[in-house]
Amino acid sequence: MDSIPVISEPLAERMARRRDSAYPALWDLLDQVKDPEIPVLSLWDLGVLQDIVVADQTVLVTITPTYSGCPALREMQQDIDSVLIAAGYAKVEIATQLAPAWSTEMISEKGRQQLLDYGIAPPVSRRGQPICCPRCASPKTQLISQFGSTACKALYCCEHCAEPFDYFKCL
Amino acid sequence: MKDKQDDLINYVIALGDDSLILGQRLSEWCYHAPFLEEDLALANVALDFIGRAQMFYEYASQLETRVLKENARSADQIAFLRDTRDYRNLLIVELPIGDFAFTMARQFTVDVFNQLYLQQLVNSTDSTLAAIAGKAIKETDYHLRRSQEWMLRLGDGTDESHQRMEKALKELWGYTAELFTMSAYETALLRDGISIDRTALCSDWRKIVTELLQQATLKVPSDEWQVTGGREGLHTEHQGDILAKMQYLQRTYPGLEW
Ligand SMILES: [Zn+2]
Repeated sequence: MDSIPVISEPLAERMARRRDSAYPALWDLLDQVKDPEIPVLSLWDLGVLQDIVVADQTVLVTITPTYSGCPALREMQQDIDSVLIAAGYAKVEIATQLAPAWSTEMISEKGRQQLLDYGIAPPVSRRGQPICCPRCASPKTQLISQFGSTACKALYCCEHCAEPFDYFKCL
Repeated sequence: MKDKQDDLINYVIALGDDSLILGQRLSEWCYHAPFLEEDLALANVALDFIGRAQMFYEYASQLETRVLKENARSADQIAFLRDTRDYRNLLIVELPIGDFAFTMARQFTVDVFNQLYLQQLVNSTDSTLAAIAGKAIKETDYHLRRSQEWMLRLGDGTDESHQRMEKALKELWGYTAELFTMSAYETALLRDGISIDRTALCSDWRKIVTELLQQATLKVPSDEWQVTGGREGLHTEHQGDILAKMQYLQRTYPGLEW
């Protein structure tokens, strides 16, 4: 049963919003915008990008912050703004939305793979499942610190290959 | 109607002040923590609280705009351009960081409280407050996990760490009463289900804190004294000091932006 891929409700809703959107080109365009701290991961795959609509020639982009104090939020807003302006959209508005609160379940499957390739262990939501080393995949790992280089990560160490690594915490 | 709006603005700002001042205090550990991982952890927790304050102040600013239009204050103005008596934070968050034991003992008592409080605030009839609480509660779970580990480690650690922890608890114990004291504006908002009844959280808080302190071989201090006043703007002598540092830049270069 475990092998059946399931996606979370918030992610499913977001995917539906993108699929049914009248502005597919804008979604594709914003795929260029990456998380400033994990530059392989797009805001879409991270689950931050919630909605894009156009009204009165203004592009309204809705995003949801990851952590309350995430210092990358402002940079994300600026990056969205400059990508849209560069593509010829003169008026851009960016709204931040607090509810539903961002959770690691909003990260896409592709995003999880990108985290892993980048050397960050993706969040493990099922209780009892091990956090595996992104380098050697060993499940024998140890928590070093609940808080790593940024609020969203914890610091782990692999007991098999001795690699210290970041784990993207469940939120 | 206007009174009600004032009560809400006061309430939102008070919650913002609790977060801002605690975040500011925690940030004082930056570069001074006992080791690198702890330095990162404290800075990250500080950021969570400052981010929380920003959400509360943004909301207060929006509420003010409805009443005062262009005379409303921005979130930054609320954060940085008030005088000591206008801050409504609880006294416990303004106390100096002390030693590492004091910082952790305060964090633990406040984290336990925050967890109980936010669990209620997510059901507030005010949808913005409920949304902020929904974000904050997940972070608080992590904060508490860490602060309670430190209580165990220091309480049940060496003679010195144990002694320091007991001293810290004694010093801050009288300030915990204010966590459960209702301000007039909170009471007024209670009827509409906007605010939370703090007094009702006291017994759960005591139970959780007592159990952990016992596990950490620490004595629960006796309730010999208590002080309140933060919600009315009556602060300790430490509040002026923290504001002087925090406001320096905005006072020297008004309107400066990052
Ligand atoms: Zn490994």
